Amino acid sequence: MSKELIRLVDCVMEFDGEVVLDSINLYINDAEFLTLLGPSGCGKTTTLRIIGGFQQPTSGDVLFNGARINDVPPHKRQVNTVFQKYALFTHLNIYENIAFGLRISKVPEDEIRRRVGEALELVNLSGYERRSVNSLSGGQQQRIAIARAIVNRPKVLLLDEPLGALDLKLRKAMQIELKKIQQEVGITFVYVTHDQEEALTMSDTIVVMNGGRIQQIGTPTDIYNEPKNAFVANFIGESNIIDGIMVQDKVVTFAGHTFPCLDSGFGTNAPVDVVVRPEDLHLTDPEKGHIRGVVESVVFKGIHYEMMIQSPTFTWKVQSTMFRAVGQEVGMTLTPDDIHIMHKS
Amino acid sequence: MKNKFLGIPYIIWMAIFVVVPMFLIVGYAFTTREGGFSTGNFSNMLSYAGVFGDSFLLAIIATLVCLLIGYPISYWMTREGPGVKRIALVVLMLPMWMNFLLRTYAWMSLLENTGILNELFSAIGLFKLINAVTGSNIDHFPMINTKGAVVLGMVYNYLPFMILPIYNVIDKIDARVIEAAQDLGANSANVFRRVIFPLSLPGVISGITMVFIPSVSTFAISKLLGGGKTLLLGDLIEMQFYGNSYNPYLGSAVSLVMMVIVLVCMAIMNRFGDGEETAVML
Repeated sequence: MSKELIRLVDCVMEFDGEVVLDSINLYINDAEFLTLLGPSGCGKTTTLRIIGGFQQPTSGDVLFNGARINDVPPHKRQVNTVFQKYALFTHLNIYENIAFGLRISKVPEDEIRRRVGEALELVNLSGYERRSVNSLSGGQQQRIAIARAIVNRPKVLLLDEPLGALDLKLRKAMQIELKKIQQEVGITFVYVTHDQEEALTMSDTIVVMNGGRIQQIGTPTDIYNEPKNAFVANFIGESNIIDGIMVQDKVVTFAGHTFPCLDSGFGTNAPVDVVVRPEDLHLTDPEKGHIRGVVESVVFKGIHYEMMIQSPTFTWKVQSTMFRAVGQEVGMTLTPDDIHIMHKS
Repeated sequence: MKNKFLGIPYIIWMAIFVVVPMFLIVGYAFTTREGGFSTGNFSNMLSYAGVFGDSFLLAIIATLVCLLIGYPISYWMTREGPGVKRIALVVLMLPMWMNFLLRTYAWMSLLENTGILNELFSAIGLFKLINAVTGSNIDHFPMINTKGAVVLGMVYNYLPFMILPIYNVIDKIDARVIEAAQDLGANSANVFRRVIFPLSLPGVISGITMVFIPSVSTFAISKLLGGGKTLLLGDLIEMQFYGNSYNPYLGSAVSLVMMVIVLVCMAIMNRFGDGEETAVML
């Protein structure tokens, strides 16, 4: 069983009377890769800064190993941060940047040399010791920022959108590298991002946030396959969200058709939101489909075509490897596990 | 590139009013009264070695005092909110809106033997007290016409030139960099020593430059507050052009030597600034 390391209890954050975080309850396990995911302004960075000690919650507690650390200043926490724009020390070379924390904790010189060497090796930048910060590319600076934090062997590494400034290809490579580093050093990563794909790729646990509240906590698979509400469904991947009526347990009516589904406990004849992923709608001949519609637009996306299909009650977003021309009539089928039912939000 | 041509008037201006006079100074410096080439002006200068010594000593003292006063003020200003910052900047600039000579005259009337400060000390019975304790017999502090007064004048006039560049550089340090240092275990003393101070060095260097150069070449301050007792380089040069001993050849030579020494000093200073980020130079 993994051990709990950090817990936020009823954390509320207000700036000038405006509530930025609304009673956040969250625990983070040791050696876990946890991602705070949400649109900008959802409170994810504030949550991270509370853990890092740069901000104190207006009310609520921050616990570390069970002890309250609200009033512990950042420099006394066993937590290190990788900042959004890296925040490297431009007056120091790479070696001194990484050695910064070790020098402050008065680690002997030969140990500093060894640990800086190891940290550089971990981020694949051995031999860069004497280079200046400004001579490095964004991706390299980013890795130095990670090395600078990790060399101190923190219990927790906080990462504030560390890949935000990199181009797509580099970002994908870094995602894999970060995950690898986390598994190698075996410490807790708390990662903040607004990029759902990044979150799905790296995390053990995803915390979806919006409007200062936690919307859902779960594994990437849970969050993707069983979104708790329309916001999560929409934010994680793309979704068709349509009004439906839950006739009874495991039976739902929407788009003029009654479908068997896997959900229950909504009561009888209850209005619900039905979520269907675009890749779960299967194209077939018009007469064979549960839903009929006409193709309105087609965009080639590389792996698949993305089509908007107009049915009498709803315009569906469909992703399929099969091409259908604009104006063509098509049928769409759904299996019970493609249908996700949520309470009306 | 059409925009290139916009620079032409500036280049002409620079050529006429900067480059040509420079050559004239060099020319004069190597010329005798009779018009022949000579290095005599430079050997004659040896008798003024004391003036060079005094000028540089007083300028260095004034620069150090400015740094010691200016740095804490700059640092304090950056820690304050925008309102306080604005007020502090205005207060700092306010004296500069008044004429330089007027400001220096004001110091004269403050520092004179029967000036405002001495009158004040007398009124509160300071001299009586000192006379009673030490058995001396003084009725004023000699403040005007001393080297101290000259340094005071330099510090007073040039302090803003120390504060502003340092303030600007510290104020622009990214808050995240400071947070990063805290995050890595630095307490506030360490943050200052290991991050803020080294990052503020470019500002310190431009501050030193901007105080040292006018201090070393000033003549009005030493004339008004030093009473002509301490001859400085500026006075020496001025004398060669406007005094009875009219000798623009020697004056040019002194200017040239001063310029070279200042340039060498600045080159050395710049080494500490580590090129790249050195802010406003000269």
